[in-house]
Amino acid sequence: MTELDTTQEGTPAVPVWEYADAPESKDIVHLQDRYGLFIAGEFVEPKSGKYMATIDPSTEGILAEVPEAGPEDVDLAVAAARGAFESRWRDLPGRERAKYLFRIARALQERAREFAVLESMNGGKPIKESRDIDLPLAAAHFFYYAGWADKLEYAFPGRDARPIGVAGQVIPWNFPMLMAAWKLAPALATGNTAVLKPAETTPLTALLLAEVIQAAELPPGAVNVVTGAGETGAALVAADVDKVAFTGSTEVGKQIRRTIAGSHKRLTLELGGKAANIVFEDAPLDQAVEGVVNGIFFNQGHVCCAGSRLLVQEPIFEALLEKLKARLQTLRVGNPLDKNTDIGAINSRAQLTRIEELVASGVEDGAEMFQPACDLPERGFWFRPTLFTGVSQSHRIAREEIFGPVLSILTFRTPEEAVEKANNTPYGLSAGVWTEKGSRILWMAERLKAGVVWANTFNRFDPSSPFGGYKESGFGREGGLHGLAPYLELTPREPAPGNGRHG
Amino acid sequence: MADERLPVRRTAKLFIGGEFPRSESGRSYEVFDADGELLAWASRASRKDLRDAVRAARAAQSGWAAKTAFNRAQILYRVAELMEGRRIQFERELRDAGAEDPVRGVSAAIDRWVWYAGWADKIHQIQGASNPVAGPYFNFTIPEPTGVVGIVAPQDQSLLGLVSRVAPAIVSGNTAVVLASERSPLPAVSLGEVLATSDVPAGVVNILTGFSAELVPWLAGHMDVNALDATGVPDELQAQVEELSAENVKRVHRAPEADPFDEVAQSPYEVTAFVEYKTVWHPMGA
Repeated sequence: MTELDTTQEGTPAVPVWEYADAPESKDIVHLQDRYGLFIAGEFVEPKSGKYMATIDPSTEGILAEVPEAGPEDVDLAVAAARGAFESRWRDLPGRERAKYLFRIARALQERAREFAVLESMNGGKPIKESRDIDLPLAAAHFFYYAGWADKLEYAFPGRDARPIGVAGQVIPWNFPMLMAAWKLAPALATGNTAVLKPAETTPLTALLLAEVIQAAELPPGAVNVVTGAGETGAALVAADVDKVAFTGSTEVGKQIRRTIAGSHKRLTLELGGKAANIVFEDAPLDQAVEGVVNGIFFNQGHVCCAGSRLLVQEPIFEALLEKLKARLQTLRVGNPLDKNTDIGAINSRAQLTRIEELVASGVEDGAEMFQPACDLPERGFWFRPTLFTGVSQSHRIAREEIFGPVLSILTFRTPEEAVEKANNTPYGLSAGVWTEKGSRILWMAERLKAGVVWANTFNRFDPSSPFGGYKESGFGREGGLHGLAPYLELTPREPAPGNGRHG
Repeated sequence: MADERLPVRRTAKLFIGGEFPRSESGRSYEVFDADGELLAWASRASRKDLRDAVRAARAAQSGWAAKTAFNRAQILYRVAELMEGRRIQFERELRDAGAEDPVRGVSAAIDRWVWYAGWADKIHQIQGASNPVAGPYFNFTIPEPTGVVGIVAPQDQSLLGLVSRVAPAIVSGNTAVVLASERSPLPAVSLGEVLATSDVPAGVVNILTGFSAELVPWLAGHMDVNALDATGVPDELQAQVEELSAENVKRVHRAPEADPFDEVAQSPYEVTAFVEYKTVWHPMGA
């Protein structure tokens, strides 16, 4: 804390902190040169014969080769899942299924650091996030749903709950392990089997999870992992699966809906967002600033529920902006494996290009951009934390999901105007409200069209808490009791005599 | 002499925003009874009529959802009361439509309103939750109405089938645009007249008569319809409907196949098919 940084005009002077490097060791991770597909309990070479390199986005260095599964591979995986469903998993008593899931949860806890390091290497997210958020939540998710496996008869009043069959699950690159847990845990707990397709850029933790599942001795085929790009995902959606669960972009979600139209496949979609984070004048400003920063810069802003539109009540706009700019200058951008890092690498070159393109449109549309002056590593994919003021609702940066560390700031005067602006989007995944007034929180929460409302907090997740969108952010819920329903066939149960329908 | 008096026939019209317009297109179609005798000319709704109906439903939605659950329950219960007063008319219309047991059909439809009305202030309690998250937060989940629901009523069971789809959709606070049975639209027209004189606010239920093959795709593709009850969609249109629903990520639901008289056909899960679950977090601290 030696000098004051006044490099950029209009930038508040803040102390510059020097940090010693604090890298987490990579020694705990044992990479293979080449991985196989996980089908019927074995790691196998792809029939397609194709492999693709997977890299570390912070260095662009190749970590390993993984298979690019073709339609034939996908069909084999689905057939393995079908076999496991019919021959064993479906009919296993819930208490036994539960114990397999508890085994997975425990193994994830035991090997948490290894998973966290690999997650940060392959995805670019800061180790403090993969270590403290992604992995603990993934393990907790298996633990939570394990407990449901033998209690399903109590979950839905008046209904018998039966599994659907084979679930095809396509997950994104922003939370690879956590999304795998969100998909697999409820599917397995309810007696379904699964074929999981991890994202093109982040296959490695899913393959490590397959090792854990193998070691937990799940029946072969109960879980299968097929790696590849978009075509592999499309092949899985089109394959002989009974249910499709997708987390990813709204555009791809719509394609999937069209692809399986008329097929009787069950579907849940968890898609994009453009969440409003709304700060009222009576909010505790410092807490709100931390919440705003967490809302948009958590995981480089690669978060579907990110608070990417900040709505500030006019009287506190200047004060909040000054604090926000000062806070941005203290964010540490760089090596994902450094324990001090706040903002890691952008996940891929393609994503970086998209962020750059949208940010350029913001400048072109006339919004005012602020970025702190921080050094970026030479290699890898990086983007400085970015604020835009002077944003109008028609700007692309206020309408489109950027999926990067870019915040668009708008103002409002009345609660009604805040609601109007917050809901003025085809999306409806999440929203944030900052105010000390309890009645206003509930008033706002009732009117915001969003599946998750964080009041005086943001980006909190828990296995017992349902998550999912309104409108074009998708349908179905993951997490909690409500996260069971998408994986169950619910059929009427005969009521007790004199107590129900025929009484 | 009284028996020389000529009866006054009803004109079957659309029901949009609490009013009874003819189709703006001026089109109509013939409705026949089970023996092939002409019963009436029904309005053949156009795409413009459908858009008007969606606009009316959207305008009514927030106000309907904002009523207390207790109030919505009372309002829907009153629909049953009014139907009971008109049951002779409904029975005649069902008889004309070829129903086997019109008396039973009307009774079941009335009872269905009563059954669903009661869910208005109970669905939150069986489908909401407070969630024990691992941290100092109060966290709860509540069902909220999805918004505007398009309903393709079943072709058969033109009254009971219709009520079985409309009541669960609106009890939670959704508003509806309903496509009546093409073959037997008259009970739906009469239901519109009942609703118009009930306490259900204008626009909460809008009823269109016309040709399914042209109306269903327009409804499925409409960008301001949030969800679609496809129970009455003919099988040959099902795939097209799901494809069209993709553009605004509509929720598409088909009721499980069941004899509508069987009480299995009424279920709180038909209410929750058209709700969104909202989860709210707040920190706890002194």
